[in-house]
Amino acid sequence: MDYVLSLLGPLAQGAAVTLKLFFITLALAVPLGLVLALARLSRFAALSGAVNGYIWLMRGTPLMLQMLFIYFALPFVPVVGVRLPDFPAAVAAFALNYAAYFAEIFRAGIQSVDRGQYEAAKVLGMNYGQTMRRIVLPQMVRNILPPMSNETITLVKDTSLIYVLALNDLLRAARGIVQRDFTTTPFIVAAAFYLIMTLVLTWGFQRLEQRYAKHDQ
Amino acid sequence: MPNTTSDVPMIEAHGVKKRFGHNEVLRGVSLSVARGEVVAIIGPSGSGKSTFLRCLNHLETIDGGHVAIEGQALATTDERGHCRYAPDAELRRICAKTGMVFQHFNLFPHLTVLENLIEAPMVVQGVKRDEAVARAEALLAKVGLVQKRDNYPARLSGGQKQRVAIARALAMQPDIMLFDEPTSALDPELTGEVLRTMRELAEERMTMLVVTHEMGFAREVAQRVAFMDQGELITARPAAEFFADPGHERARAFLDHML
Repeated sequence: MDYVLSLLGPLAQGAAVTLKLFFITLALAVPLGLVLALARLSRFAALSGAVNGYIWLMRGTPLMLQMLFIYFALPFVPVVGVRLPDFPAAVAAFALNYAAYFAEIFRAGIQSVDRGQYEAAKVLGMNYGQTMRRIVLPQMVRNILPPMSNETITLVKDTSLIYVLALNDLLRAARGIVQRDFTTTPFIVAAAFYLIMTLVLTWGFQRLEQRYAKHDQ
Repeated sequence: MPNTTSDVPMIEAHGVKKRFGHNEVLRGVSLSVARGEVVAIIGPSGSGKSTFLRCLNHLETIDGGHVAIEGQALATTDERGHCRYAPDAELRRICAKTGMVFQHFNLFPHLTVLENLIEAPMVVQGVKRDEAVARAEALLAKVGLVQKRDNYPARLSGGQKQRVAIARALAMQPDIMLFDEPTSALDPELTGEVLRTMRELAEERMTMLVVTHEMGFAREVAQRVAFMDQGELITARPAAEFFADPGHERARAFLDHML
């Protein structure tokens, strides 16, 4: 038991890295995904097509490959080439990748809002921005809660991929101790950490769904 | 200066044409509606009634002809057949003179009844919340739904939803109300309350254009009845006259079928 307690400190440090990546990714990928979704639904075929290509690229290649590319290969790309430190490189890859997935969820959510809602907003004099902000997006949020819950839980676990950039996330911290102490207990404690994080997320999304369900009452 | 004296028609449509692909839905429809007039548009389904109505507030873009609201051109067509709309801001200002009620209500499901009514006045017209609420409450009293102000639309019956939708449109203080089959989605026992609200509106001299299958309403409330068939407006004459003698073979056949 004392051994388990002694693991909490180092694993909490790893969990802090995991959570930091998680929240920064969400904070960047949600707005970017929304912009991408609106662009994908745009009447301008070039814009919509470009976003389509971007989503295909991001969903069609492994996140780990994207991360390795941004860290190792991007510095050598002409014009756009920048050398990013390890954590910002990971953040960039995660945000760009998750934005693509979020964009598809948002697009589906927006498209599930009835056409009559746009017409009602239009005859009441609302412009595009007002219609989106006040009428369509609030209804979209409700529609996308279940897939967003899924995707954010996946994100919690995907954060463990950053070990390839030698970042000490929760899983890598646990593995370090496993190799040092020749016991698998740290893995079990790490699993408990992940489970608590996903439990909080699940609970949070359930609360949100309940809040939106009152519209049906 | 826009001319808004009472001799200018509230709605002036001339030779309105509309195609969906190769399907010619409107083949040159003309209709003029005077201030305070209630005009019912009737006709078989697929005759273009709803499409015509939707051309008057830019829910559909026309392919030919002219539409003017209170003397202000919404869309005009030049002699070479190019149809041109007013610039966006002006378009919105002109369309703001009309309110619309839909067959399927289209209430905002994420907002309460009261919020449905104050949303557009606050967001579009910049009305202060207190004032918007006061306006909304007065309208809810008028349609008899004050007690539902904090309910979400999902809790309302079809008839109640449509009355809220009418109040929502009125909250923008339009000069003209367009009704697109307002009772067609309702159970028969619920149409009465909606028609009653519309009748009260007509008694207040609201200018109304009503696409409807309710012959009783057309006969008793409308001053004029316009009959449409196959994308054409066949005839528009005073209601009593129309029901006594539609004056046209297809209209007579339709009436015989409906009554």
